[in-house]
Amino acid sequence: MPEDARVAPAAPTSPPAVAGGAGVGAGRAQPPGKTKPPRLPGESRWVAALFIFPAGIWLAAIVLYPLVYTLIRSLFHDGPVGQATSFAGIQNYIDIFTQSDSFEAFKNNVIWVVVVPALVTILGLIFAVLTERIRWASAFKIIVFTPMAISFLAAGITWSLIYVDQPSQGLGNAVLTGIHDTVSPSAAYPNLHPSTQVTLLDGSSAKGYTTKKQYAAGAPAALPFTGLDLLHPPSNAQPAAQPSGKGLTGVVWNDFKAGGGGTPGKVDPGELGVPGVTVQALQGGKVVGSTTTQPDGAFSFPGLTSGSYTLELPASDFSAAYTGVSWLGPTLITPAIIIAYLWIYAGFAMVLLAAGMAALPRETMEAARIDGATEWQVFRRVTMPLLSPVLLVVFVTMVINVLKIFDIVFVMQQPAGGNARYANVLAVQLYDEYGNQQYGAASAVGILLVILVIPAMIFQIHNFRKSQ
Amino acid sequence: MTVASSDIVTGAINRSLPARVVARTGGGVLRIFLIVVALVWLVPTFGLLVESFRDPAQYANGGWWDAITHPGQLTAHNYVELLKNSTMTSSFLNTIEITLPATILVVLIGSAAGYAFAWMEFPGRDAIFLLVVGLLVIPIQIALIPVIKLYGLMGISGTILSVIMFHVGFGLPFAIFLLRNYFSGIPRDLMEAARMDGASEVKIFFKVILPLGMPAIASLGIFQFLWVWNDLLVALVFSNATSEPITVALASQTRQFGSSIDILAPGAFLSLIVPLIVFLAFQRYFVQGVMAGSVK
Repeated sequence: MPEDARVAPAAPTSPPAVAGGAGVGAGRAQPPGKTKPPRLPGESRWVAALFIFPAGIWLAAIVLYPLVYTLIRSLFHDGPVGQATSFAGIQNYIDIFTQSDSFEAFKNNVIWVVVVPALVTILGLIFAVLTERIRWASAFKIIVFTPMAISFLAAGITWSLIYVDQPSQGLGNAVLTGIHDTVSPSAAYPNLHPSTQVTLLDGSSAKGYTTKKQYAAGAPAALPFTGLDLLHPPSNAQPAAQPSGKGLTGVVWNDFKAGGGGTPGKVDPGELGVPGVTVQALQGGKVVGSTTTQPDGAFSFPGLTSGSYTLELPASDFSAAYTGVSWLGPTLITPAIIIAYLWIYAGFAMVLLAAGMAALPRETMEAARIDGATEWQVFRRVTMPLLSPVLLVVFVTMVINVLKIFDIVFVMQQPAGGNARYANVLAVQLYDEYGNQQYGAASAVGILLVILVIPAMIFQIHNFRKSQ
Repeated sequence: MTVASSDIVTGAINRSLPARVVARTGGGVLRIFLIVVALVWLVPTFGLLVESFRDPAQYANGGWWDAITHPGQLTAHNYVELLKNSTMTSSFLNTIEITLPATILVVLIGSAAGYAFAWMEFPGRDAIFLLVVGLLVIPIQIALIPVIKLYGLMGISGTILSVIMFHVGFGLPFAIFLLRNYFSGIPRDLMEAARMDGASEVKIFFKVILPLGMPAIASLGIFQFLWVWNDLLVALVFSNATSEPITVALASQTRQFGSSIDILAPGAFLSLIVPLIVFLAFQRYFVQGVMAGSVK
């Protein structure tokens, strides 16, 4: 169980004799007339004390006393080795918001709270609705729910493996480059440049290259380049050939072959065409046509039969190959960890919402259908309102979990090295300050976390009293 | 109440929105979508599994998917090395030594308190119970510094016992909450009958409450087991090199992710296989535990 999914309100009770042992919390209404469980009067108090004592002493020592201690400690300044020095008032709390690293942690916590509970609830709802009548729904649910059973550590390692930068090693970037290369298959040649012996083109690899003179249909443009990697040429490259055909045509080729020889500026036998390069035709500074070279380097604009055009090879032809994104870099590290977290928790929301939906009164929805409501109307006007208490419980539970989030952020910060600080959250900040023996500062962060969960606590107590 | 409604396997009874979509479109799009989602959920763990069986020399050359086309990359070598690695094996044993007592203690102490809150009269009972409900959401982070000082005074810093004690403390609010609610649903007649026969409270607790409360106790047990087994933060703070569980031992390797992958991948898999088995075997109780904490 990664952290607490066990928080949250109002537990139901299913008395075993009634439930046939089916268990707790099945999302069913309590039997009527059971507002307050009957009590047996007249127990001697010392028996009760005996039963309560171990739990009481434990909670007092590990939970209650620390709560008070931390509250008081948060009001004192820190000495170099963790000792409390002078009374600080709320200075440690002010520091959270004025010092850059702890404020970054606070901001990230805000992002988590704003984004994640909503996404988890929506994902869970979508899965719960879509699997309602699928025959293999149970298999699907087990697959999606299973990450809940594994540790944040294992999940963190699993996703760090996906987020490795090199597309050859990390699945994330392998998928991104795969999609990128499918959507825009034009090849890029960072080392390719115009032949220095025949100067037909102006520009640079950063701006792209433009021809100095203009070309017209019937007079093929021969655009010589050098710098193609002849040891590992593009797998589809073929010997360059002068193009033929209607309209404006030309060839982009590597004006050099292994072993040398040939005439600069002329397509000689054995010289390779440069495939997949984007070529644009310009007239009056405007792009009027765009095409891509063939395996033999030839290109043509069959529609451009009259007039003369400047040819341009845009900068994208010479940019370095797309290698995906830096998942654990400064901008994406928090979204990347959130994706891993959704993978873990979507199943939690799905299971609760599916159980909630199964417990809804079917007759109400059937009645709405008979009255002519569309499926969307039934879902929007009947199912959703009836399900809203469960949605709220899932949402609040996730808010509580996300406020306290530590493990998965901590684990995925490690491979990120220097970028780790961009993913900081309050609980990690607290742990760092604890490690630096800044106990006052750490205590203030801890109490801030408590303050932030108080609304959830009130919700929970309120919900519990309502159920009694 | 049907068993199904408390299971992951929750079947709907009636024709609903997706049912009609399925009926109209033949379900093709929906089915493909769900298959894709299921694959997305499976692939990360599958990748970790394959990586754990790969020759680490291949890591820099390509991703785990290369092993599908080149099965020669697969080897059990990483696992053999892991079992020879004394840090890993002793930390794995520490995980067991921490998890079992922390689970059993929470179940026992939580059951006793749950029984008292459900069936005994004592002053302030309901107020104290509301306090316990409130404690459910208290983040464990607030207790780290005072408890580590407390352990220093007690002379148990860095021990397995210190880790266990902390887990028990923060496991109890949920345990009491869950069990009190379940126990209070046990029919009163059963206890009165036992009293008529002259049974003591202790005897009633062991002979009536615990057997009848088994479903809830099982849920709690699975839950607490998984929570303690998977914990990182508590152990990170309270254990030392000799008492650290496997999560801490592995976390210390994540900084050199690429060069430690031959330990990280099989180690992570070893650490997740136990909770995975527990989860799949007792899936129903696990789900009940989750829901007891949540759904009304």
